[in-house]
Amino acid sequence: MIKAVMVMNTQGKSRLAKFYEYLSVEKQQELIRGFFQVLCSRAENVSNFIDAESIFGLDSRLVYKHFATLYFVFVFDSSENELAVLDLIQVFVETLDKCFQNVCELDIVFNYSKIHTILDEMVFGGQVVETSSSEIMKAVEEISKLEAASNAISLIPKSASGWRSR
Amino acid sequence: MGSQGGFYQSKEFLDLVKSIGEARSKAEEDRIVLNEIETLKRRISEPDIPKRKMKEYIIRLVYIEMLGHDASFGYIHAVKMTHDDSLLVKRTGYLAVTLFLNEDHDLIILIVNTIQKDLKSDNYLVVCAALNAVCKLINEETIPAVLPQVMELLAHPKEAVRKKAIMALHRFYQKSPSSVSHLVSNFRKRLCDNDPGVMGATLCPLFELIARDVNSYKDLVISFVSILKQVAERRLSKAYDYHQMPAPFIQIKLLKILALLGSGDKQASENMYTVVGDIFRKCDSSSNIGNAVLYECICCVSSIYPNPKLLESAADVISRFLKSDSHNLKYMGIDALGRLIKISPEIAEQHQLAVIDCLEDPDDTLKRKTFELLYKMTKSTNVEVIVDRMIDYMISINDNHYKTEIASRCVELAEQFAPSNQWFIQTMNRVFEHAGDLVNIKVAHNLMRLIAEGFGEDDDNADTKLRSSAVESYLRILGEPKLPSVFLQVICWVLGEYGTADGMFSASDITGKLCDVAEAYSNDETVKAYATTALMKIYAFEIAARRKVDMLPECQSLMEELLASHSTDLQQRAYELQAVIGLDAHAVACIMPSDASCEDIEVDRDLSFLNDYIQEAIEKGAQPYIPESERSGMLNISNFRNQDHHEASSHGLRFEAYELPKPAVQSRIPQTLIASTEIVPVPEPMYPRESYQTTMPSIPSDAGSAELKLRLEGVQKKWGRSTYTPATSTSNSTSQKTVNGTSQGDGASTVSSMRETYDSRKPQVEVSHEKQKLAASLFGGSSKTEKSPATGHKAAKASSHVVKSHVPKSSLEVASEKATPAQQPPDLLDLGEPTATSTALQLDPFKQLEGLLDATEVASAVNGAPAASRSPDIMALYADTAAGIHNKNDADLLSGLSNPSVTNMPGTTAMPQVTQSSSKGPNPKDSLEKDALVRQMGVNPSSQNPNLFKDLLG
Repeated sequence: MIKAVMVMNTQGKSRLAKFYEYLSVEKQQELIRGFFQVLCSRAENVSNFIDAESIFGLDSRLVYKHFATLYFVFVFDSSENELAVLDLIQVFVETLDKCFQNVCELDIVFNYSKIHTILDEMVFGGQVVETSSSEIMKAVEEISKLEAASNAISLIPKSASGWRSR
Repeated sequence: MGSQGGFYQSKEFLDLVKSIGEARSKAEEDRIVLNEIETLKRRISEPDIPKRKMKEYIIRLVYIEMLGHDASFGYIHAVKMTHDDSLLVKRTGYLAVTLFLNEDHDLIILIVNTIQKDLKSDNYLVVCAALNAVCKLINEETIPAVLPQVMELLAHPKEAVRKKAIMALHRFYQKSPSSVSHLVSNFRKRLCDNDPGVMGATLCPLFELIARDVNSYKDLVISFVSILKQVAERRLSKAYDYHQMPAPFIQIKLLKILALLGSGDKQASENMYTVVGDIFRKCDSSSNIGNAVLYECICCVSSIYPNPKLLESAADVISRFLKSDSHNLKYMGIDALGRLIKISPEIAEQHQLAVIDCLEDPDDTLKRKTFELLYKMTKSTNVEVIVDRMIDYMISINDNHYKTEIASRCVELAEQFAPSNQWFIQTMNRVFEHAGDLVNIKVAHNLMRLIAEGFGEDDDNADTKLRSSAVESYLRILGEPKLPSVFLQVICWVLGEYGTADGMFSASDITGKLCDVAEAYSNDETVKAYATTALMKIYAFEIAARRKVDMLPECQSLMEELLASHSTDLQQRAYELQAVIGLDAHAVACIMPSDASCEDIEVDRDLSFLNDYIQEAIEKGAQPYIPESERSGMLNISNFRNQDHHEASSHGLRFEAYELPKPAVQSRIPQTLIASTEIVPVPEPMYPRESYQTTMPSIPSDAGSAELKLRLEGVQKKWGRSTYTPATSTSNSTSQKTVNGTSQGDGASTVSSMRETYDSRKPQVEVSHEKQKLAASLFGGSSKTEKSPATGHKAAKASSHVVKSHVPKSSLEVASEKATPAQQPPDLLDLGEPTATSTALQLDPFKQLEGLLDATEVASAVNGAPAASRSPDIMALYADTAAGIHNKNDADLLSGLSNPSVTNMPGTTAMPQVTQSSSKGPNPKDSLEKDALVRQMGVNPSSQNPNLFKDLLG
């Protein structure tokens, strides 16, 4: 299963961190720092795989991909295939790209909850549920539509009360 | 830009992100975030916050927590949001709680209800959000609360919901297999779902189920094969294609499952050959995902019953991978090669060069993978090269985790395939030199054992040569500037044991080196302790060989320093050394026979040798032993015992354990005293006992097969004796007397008076030394017996070897019990040998104090025939009592034991009691625990080597 998904920039700032097993905030930070240390010391043109056991514990591998200013990192166990996970990162990034047209770091920062929505459509409870970026896009669009609708409905009483309170 | 996704974001949030992004330092970032936290704390608790606003606050909280700051003040608000009716707010709430909370968080209880409700919602997005939360937040206890709803969702019209429901069920299975074990058939059913996506999702739980229990799913082989066939033949809609590959992720999962099902099953495997062969042929090897599928095919082929044609295709793919420029593919190729060589070892040869290239590649990941492959390929013919390369690499890296792994692999390979002893020792030297502090301490013990035992052939010559070469190499290595502690321990031990054995090096050479070590690593107490013991051995061998012993000046100054050491352990060793040097050749030879580290220790646990003595005593009118349980006044004692049990179980509490023995000792003492009133007044009760202990070791061991226990008992003994020490508190001795039912007025008074003298003397000498002495005599006894006459040196070796050959892995432990140096013993050993001497040592201070006995006298006492013949048994006695110490009266017994010896054993009640107690049945486990406690408390205040105790405790 997939144990964690992280996105961090080349300065080591975390842009997205999702752990599928609970970890305390401190531990999460420690891991993110640990991975960044490893990632930034990797040369160009080497493999995208890293043995993560020394950082993440037994039976963990890491696959990362470097896009512009961002590292996309997936940590998973031996029940996944490294090359396939590499493509999973590809799917994730393709989806983001479709969603934001030419995705850049700032899109990810500012649309934090949307990134989570996308990821949740892709990886569910640590298992990959969807690997087609167009399917993911469809689902995400539907969610935003419905959310907007439900928000509009709820806005009426809400805004009224908000208005009153001011 | 922020609005592109259509999600509302306020200016504030943008500003926050921007300012964090521009922060120059971590401190500045922290300040900004703390400010933000303050703002949020204030705002979030305002009444009537618009929902959009609230949503944004929560997202900001999530963001803050991602940056590593505590956002727990907002958790409750996130929980509240999940109760909201608005989808937007609810989803945000669920997102936040899944990120914030774990399944055991207190707030979960507030969410379970909402989840239950939402799982029944007719809005599938609400259901999905709830399912998402289920995966993360439901634990074993709350599974039943949501399980029915999740089960219903398996038939939901939306395939996205069905998929997620399956995953949620899978998650339940992972968390608590028993809670859903009756539902696993649903996974099979879902395999036939109309939607390929749902079918694909079902493969995840099935993979896990099959991995745990292959045989229950053999019937599915045909289904899986046909699904895979359809997928590979592009029967699925185009929507499932990925980079022109038909549903590659599903193919990969299926191949993984087939690999499990076909493993070692010829019939099942035969069903798979065609489809796997097809995939090999059709798969597009130009895309990454195509190669992922191919790699999975190789894994499958190497797992199922071998088929030559498929193996050939697999080998082709591997060579393509290895020849590729992509490091990823090379990595996969090496990995695949590692799998395939298990079946067809010959294919490695054609890829030799590629493998060597990978080994030299700058990519660390690839290099490691290659070492893994080499590790799998190692044979006795290539072990030298491979281990050599591995060590070179190990030296070059800094990652301790990986260094440790490589070191242990080197050790494993070296142990398994070593072409020669010399090579083995050299290799181990290199490993220790460069990763000594990272390797398991057992490895060091193993090495010591190997050197001590030799390679098992009855060829003493070869063994001697091995030892000489080890000594020689160690003397050379000692010139290196900084050596790891573990390695130094090995070196010291070997030098002590065999440094002068072959006569190549003189005692002064070796002792000089040992002193240098102790000096150079003066803040490592363990090393110093090893060095001291080694010194003692060298001197002991010299004395036993009747050579003149001149202590080097540096050694003398070292001893002076150690005698005043804060570490009682070092102090004890130093005293022991001093004492040994003062003894005559014969005594020393008994205490420290040379090259006897492999001797077995044997103990007569029934104490049958005491029967005559007891009989005699009873005839003389002594009272037979009454087990404590049959005496009155038992209650408080057993309470004591309980208390102690608690303590023993928790290592943290160390201070109470000594109390336990106290009551026992007290009650016991009166008894002995009662019996032998005349002796009571004797002012130096210790002497006789002392000599007793010294004698113990010299007795040849009987024929105990239970060395394991033996050791423990020896240990326990130490415990027992140490209990004796604190027993000085005379406070309730009177009450104890009554306990025994023999109320003897004068006896009581004498008792206390005697106790006083006894006590008063002890503090003067040294309290902890007393403990140490106890421990030491214990160990000494055991190690003594171990070393004693060379009855079964060879035999012992042989037996340990037999064991080894039977169970190569576990032999470590088994053998180690026998051979001195191995695991638990390293300390034991060293402690142990000194202990033998320690008894003598203990004499020393007293001698000085009182000038009553002189060393030779003591020594002769040691050898005194009658005492001698009896002493080992006494040891055993001790051991037994000690073992049984958990039983109050056993403890009593113990003290009784020591008392009689103290009083020169005029034949009293004590002995009979002893025998009875011995029949009580020891409890080694208890004694073990206690021993650990004792060590932690007093004997081992330096706590120099906690690992050893871990070994001891298992």
